[in-house]
Amino acid sequence: MHLRRKRCMLANVEIRPKLASAGANSIGFVRNEKVKKQPVTPKNAAARLLWVEHVSRIRDHKDTQAFADLFDHFAPRVKGFLIKSGADASLAEECTQDVMATLWHKAHQFDASRASVATWIFTIARNRKIDLLRRQRRPEPEDLTWGPEEEPDQADILNLQQETELLGAALADLPSAQRELIEKAYFGDLTHSEIAAETGLPLGTIKSRIRLALERLRHVMK
Amino acid sequence: MSENIKHHLNDSVLMAYAAGALPEAFNLMVAAHLSLCDACRAQAESFEALGGEVLEQLQDGKEALVSAESYAATLALIAGGPVETAATEDTGCAVLPKPLRDYVGGDLNAIRWKPVGMGVKQAILPTSKEASARLLLIPAGTAMPDHGHQGTEMTMVLQGAFQDDDGYFARGDVEIADSDLHHTPVADIHEDCICLAVTDAPLQFDRLIPKIAQKFLRI
Repeated sequence: MHLRRKRCMLANVEIRPKLASAGANSIGFVRNEKVKKQPVTPKNAAARLLWVEHVSRIRDHKDTQAFADLFDHFAPRVKGFLIKSGADASLAEECTQDVMATLWHKAHQFDASRASVATWIFTIARNRKIDLLRRQRRPEPEDLTWGPEEEPDQADILNLQQETELLGAALADLPSAQRELIEKAYFGDLTHSEIAAETGLPLGTIKSRIRLALERLRHVMK
Repeated sequence: MSENIKHHLNDSVLMAYAAGALPEAFNLMVAAHLSLCDACRAQAESFEALGGEVLEQLQDGKEALVSAESYAATLALIAGGPVETAATEDTGCAVLPKPLRDYVGGDLNAIRWKPVGMGVKQAILPTSKEASARLLLIPAGTAMPDHGHQGTEMTMVLQGAFQDDDGYFARGDVEIADSDLHHTPVADIHEDCICLAVTDAPLQFDRLIPKIAQKFLRI
């Protein structure tokens, strides 16, 4: 349903010249359905922790059942994201396989005190998209990862996962025009100069959680 | 490693980086800055968290269904083993952050400088054409010729420091200049200043000779 909506948005994009960021609000299109709101429930927050657990099981035990569950949930989302970003269905499917295989191979690099599993998969998919659709290198900041002896604190993980859940709920609650703009930015429908960082979302708390995790990590790395 | 940085990247750039919307040269600037600045890294990662939520909330459509064969193909990819990545080297005392070392092929001594006059040297880095990235070396105490800008230019100090009307810029500090800014940066006297500069348009120099040189030297 969402994908079909996007179609008509893409049709709009083709006939219009580049949007100025001020004008972008007024364009958009009419949403037929109300966005399904995802209430913050313990179930959702628990699901996030469960995904974290799944990634650890892949890292520690090469657990294929955990991988199958992650695949069922995330592969269609990654594929949908790539299609919305301009890939055709077969390229998107191939690329999704790459993204999911990368998840397996890089499970040891996932840091649940800094990112949810959805965030991490998003970054892998984004990088693959730049690679494949734009044929460019994607320079990444210097790696900061926990060594084999040290692990992030469980409380830090819990807090970060909960903050991410709240961010998700706030995103679902945004007025649709504002939400559209954010989606456009992440699907690559806006140029960098059209992207406005003012989202009206509670990013400050997440930022301070991540900052704290980085400080602990730096301390351990010394 | 976390430096005492006073001039940071702005939220729009960090969000565009998280969204994957920046030209390669600007990506390189952001990646280099985030390697030195945990405040901006945390902000960029929170914008990535937002991307994760956009992904999480995608509604399934028919096109996005993934076939059973696709799952089997993924398992085959996994069985094939990870794509080889370069071993992480000891980064202890490098001047260039890792993403820049990847483009240069090493640290400072691997940079292939070309003189551009008045003791200033540059090395253009290979990025996609929508924007350009280059390293600049300005000898200690030297003033860069007065120049204006077209488009957006970002300059980050990697070694030494420079001063201009906007303030004092040391390692990790980024100056963001648009077409309004007209400036004459002067390198600090204590050390040669090495910067990463990225721009989506060529620099304009006000004096005649650099203007001619600009044509040949691609600055």
